[in-house]
Amino acid sequence: MAVSPSRILRTVLREEAFYFFTSIGNYTGQSASSLDEFLQKTKEVNLKSLEFHLYREDFEKWIAQTLGDSKLAEDIKGLRNLKVVGNTLRDRLYFLVSRRLKDLKSALQTTK
Amino acid sequence: MKIKGQGVSLDNLDWRILRLLQENAKLTYTEIGNKLDVAHSTVYDRIQRMEEHGIIKKYRAVVDLEKTGLQHIMALMTIYTEPKESEHIANKLAEFPEVLEVSSSFSEELVINAKVVSQDQPKLHAFIAHSIAPLPGVLRIRTSVITKKYKEETSQPLIF
Repeated sequence: MAVSPSRILRTVLREEAFYFFTSIGNYTGQSASSLDEFLQKTKEVNLKSLEFHLYREDFEKWIAQTLGDSKLAEDIKGLRNLKVVGNTLRDRLYFLVSRRLKDLKSALQTTK
Repeated sequence: MKIKGQGVSLDNLDWRILRLLQENAKLTYTEIGNKLDVAHSTVYDRIQRMEEHGIIKKYRAVVDLEKTGLQHIMALMTIYTEPKESEHIANKLAEFPEVLEVSSSFSEELVINAKVVSQDQPKLHAFIAHSIAPLPGVLRIRTSVITKKYKEETSQPLIF
């Protein structure tokens, strides 16, 4: 069953938020409690953190399992398979998340 | 042992008993008495009083995890916190069975130090990401995995 845009766009509890690390046990102090906030953080966090989480499959797991967005999770999986790193990773991740956010917000408007 | 108000002062015999017990807590009163040339009843009395006053907190086995063959890793965490949340975070950390030691220290800023044990690196990371990072007031965390131990002393030196 498809998850509604409003559910995907919701703000989750502190315990369910995404916490950005740069390596095992090294927390940057940055976290995201919603997809909107996640997009913002993709611009701000250390590149090492983006690489660490992408290749551990953390982004796609959080987006699929916590937010319930299997489509975006698949897109990010595709990005991982391209083995991008550095600023290319940041730019592509930002593009994927912002595009999905736009679609979800637009879908939310039409259902209102 | 003399008791003055809330405080207690130990005499030479008390200190010698403590040193022996720290080396081997399984020593009997008679064995300690023989080593220190005092009656076992005296040893019993001194130990009882030190237990009652919390000077001797408990007796326990010191397990060498390496020799048990149990897969594990140890790590040292430095947790930077908002000052007003520091005490609360330290107390929460102390509740986790994975956390072996918790202390606070101050150099350029107040931090909490914790020693943590886990089965492997993925489990260590999951524990920190899901249980420590979400605690209110945690600003950032630095973690070092212990690769080799050169000394691990569980007893107090009692030489000051």
